[in-house]
Amino acid sequence: MTNSIREIEGNEVIFIIGSNTKETHPVIANRMIKAYRNGAKIIVADPRRVPMTRFSELFLNLKPGTDVALLNGIAHVILKEGLHNKEFINNRTEGFDEWKKSVEDFTPDYVEKITGVDRGDIIKAAKLYGSSQRAGIFYTMGITQHTCGTDNVNAVANLALITGNIGKPSAGINPLRGQNNVQGASDAGCMPNVYPGYQRVDLPDIKHKFESAWGASLSPHAGLKSTEMIPAALDGKLKGLYIMGENPVITDPNIEHTIKALNAVEFLVVQDIFMTETAELADVVLPAACFAEKDGTFSNTERKVQRVRKAVIPPEEARDDISIIMELSKRLGYNMEYNSPEEVFEEFGKVWPALAGITYGRIEKHGIQWPCPTKNHPGTTYLYKGGFPRGKVHFTPTAYTPPAEITDSDYPFILTTGRNLFQYHSGSMTRRVKPIETHAGEPYVEISPSDAKGLDIKDGDMVKVISRRGNIKIKARVTKKASKGVIFIPMHYSEAAANMLTNDKALDKHAKTPEFKVCAAKIEK
Amino acid sequence: MKKLKVTIDGKTIEVPENTTVLDAARMLDIQIPTLCHHPKLTPFGGCRLCIVEIKGIPRPVTSCTTPVSDGMEVTTSSPQIEDLRKTVLELILSDHPNDCMVCEKAGDCTLQELAYFYGIRENRFGGERRVYAKRDGNPFIERDMEKCILCGRCVKVCDEVQGVGAIDFTYRGFKSKICPPYEKDLNCEFCGQCVAVCPTGALTGKQWSLRGRQKDIKEIDTTCPYCGTGCNITLHVRRNEVVRITSREDTWNEGWLCVKGRFGYKFINSPDRLKKPLIRIKDRSNSLNDIFREASWDEALDYIATRLNEIKSKHGADAIGGLSSARCTNEENYLFQKLMRAAVGTNNVDHCARL
Repeated sequence: MTNSIREIEGNEVIFIIGSNTKETHPVIANRMIKAYRNGAKIIVADPRRVPMTRFSELFLNLKPGTDVALLNGIAHVILKEGLHNKEFINNRTEGFDEWKKSVEDFTPDYVEKITGVDRGDIIKAAKLYGSSQRAGIFYTMGITQHTCGTDNVNAVANLALITGNIGKPSAGINPLRGQNNVQGASDAGCMPNVYPGYQRVDLPDIKHKFESAWGASLSPHAGLKSTEMIPAALDGKLKGLYIMGENPVITDPNIEHTIKALNAVEFLVVQDIFMTETAELADVVLPAACFAEKDGTFSNTERKVQRVRKAVIPPEEARDDISIIMELSKRLGYNMEYNSPEEVFEEFGKVWPALAGITYGRIEKHGIQWPCPTKNHPGTTYLYKGGFPRGKVHFTPTAYTPPAEITDSDYPFILTTGRNLFQYHSGSMTRRVKPIETHAGEPYVEISPSDAKGLDIKDGDMVKVISRRGNIKIKARVTKKASKGVIFIPMHYSEAAANMLTNDKALDKHAKTPEFKVCAAKIEK
Repeated sequence: MKKLKVTIDGKTIEVPENTTVLDAARMLDIQIPTLCHHPKLTPFGGCRLCIVEIKGIPRPVTSCTTPVSDGMEVTTSSPQIEDLRKTVLELILSDHPNDCMVCEKAGDCTLQELAYFYGIRENRFGGERRVYAKRDGNPFIERDMEKCILCGRCVKVCDEVQGVGAIDFTYRGFKSKICPPYEKDLNCEFCGQCVAVCPTGALTGKQWSLRGRQKDIKEIDTTCPYCGTGCNITLHVRRNEVVRITSREDTWNEGWLCVKGRFGYKFINSPDRLKKPLIRIKDRSNSLNDIFREASWDEALDYIATRLNEIKSKHGADAIGGLSSARCTNEENYLFQKLMRAAVGTNNVDHCARL
């Protein structure tokens, strides 16, 4: 997030696209409702009638995978109406004229044809967002989990740039991160192309800096992304895999494919708190401590570093991940010695200046948002105050490209996947919580009343959902939440796993994010 | 903004317009008892405990709903006021189970505290009691409506904060009660905001039952392990078990949580937890029972190091990959990538940001 969660209260316009905020980030939704009670106008763009539409001024019910067209269309109208912020564009951006040409074709009529959103609503949305100087865009995986995910993000950024809705409180670009510490795992350098703090591994100066900090010689070229490791395992290039706290069998696209790949590696280590579907395939399983059994920090979606504290001792011989990693590292011939998580955090702050000012002492009661370069810096509640780090920021033209797998007469439905309110991700935690299982323990496919009628399916019927990858038997939930032609399956349930059906071959060309939000499917009774 | 001068119990303060008498008193650290008032919700004036005397007004008024006017003189405590408050409390308690000895909320109950401060041992009001035999069948929230004092906080929080409106007042007079439509079982988002603001034992977590009351609890502040919002939570621990999760009102998330954050903690003590290192003894394709055996940490770690070194010497470090976790701490993630890069020697390290 470029803004803070608290700043949502001050938003005039809240544009939610590809985020089921009320179910996946409920407490952020509470802030949005608070803003709504203060008079903020909410726009929701989503293929599903998600719960936040109860509070929305406008609901743009777009076809899955057509976000770029919608966003370009909104930009087109903003320009046409003269609502763009010329001063901001002149002073803070470059490439405007070239980009402007790229949205010329995206007239409301054309965009209506692609997205299915009424042209009048596109104009209304553009006027609402374009007229506000305190407008925030909020998105999650509905934007990123597409073959055009990077284009989607750029199209979002372009909207903020033409209106100058960035670099100030309550105006910005706000991806809501889906996991407690996905921000921190990225910050810490658990990515194949960057060291901690997004410092590139392929730049010799940076590599040298880390080599002297760590006293080891490091690889000069970028490694494999997670979605590239799976095919590399099948090709025989990846022989050993060490997985800490992930369950790719359930969370990666095309489960059969993932299992095949994990079975293909010669040696698989899984470190987790439960015997997950992935751990079952391992050669060695290591028992880890959970969040309540260890000290450390998480960084939330607004870049805030907050304390995690040990409250109970782990069961039997389970150990916290830090001690396991230290022990293993020693055995691999590289000594790591830390007396506490705090010492690790201090080292992290030494190699990445944005954390240098944060200490455990300073975040004893309240977290601090990075960048926080010095010990007396208050932290940064919103980014790009007074300018972008690179000077002027560039408009990136975004062309509309349809999703990789489109519907046809064999597979006439678009399947989209995601989370529901009650379960969490692969379910290894929430599915072991009895009240949650009692209330939301059963997999289901959401289907619109008109589609259900066409297939003679009643609410509660068992149906078979089939894609080119596989099929699952699952209960039908006939609901107005689903739009005609679009079905939804939550990802949590291994017994009817959505990822049996999803497409592992369709990745975003830059980020290698799988297109979980669109694949073609059919339904049989 | 216009400032107004108000004198409360002889102390004077200037407050902004639209400040209530109750808030002004709290700014002066003057205690006024309340049951239905909650700082994050709109004022209700239902419980009548916050009554005060205001010079020029012939009858007591509720301080939570009365805005300060310039020059106002307020008295928060007098024999007459305290007598009225005590009577209100006695009336509430006359229709309350008074079973504090078995109540989950004992020790953390506003009503119990007020009864203590007002010394209410016996009750001069007898008469009919509300009896609600039916138990709400939802799996998350115990709704003991006999303990409900109709303060309406739950109704307000559900509507104003959560935007759900799952419950409301129904019936009138003595029969008034709070319930979901048609008195069905609660079927809502189960965020438990209502439980958090309930001043009595009427609303509690079903999982809390008989796991320990407030006096036995050690509270540890930490961060929620579910989504990326990062709500501040407090773990309530008794005998090495997390028995309850709450959130403090002074946190950035204002004490609000969701169903997972508030009620999704029992996995911690699940019998399914992995407790010992395991080494595979049967072939991978053979996924029947007994495919693992228990091992010591030394054996498991030595084995991992040997196998990884073998792969490295035969195929190079880039034949090894590591997947770290968006569920683990910053410190663990930092060390994991350091392990892969400095100890193994590859940049093949990633986590599940894309999934």
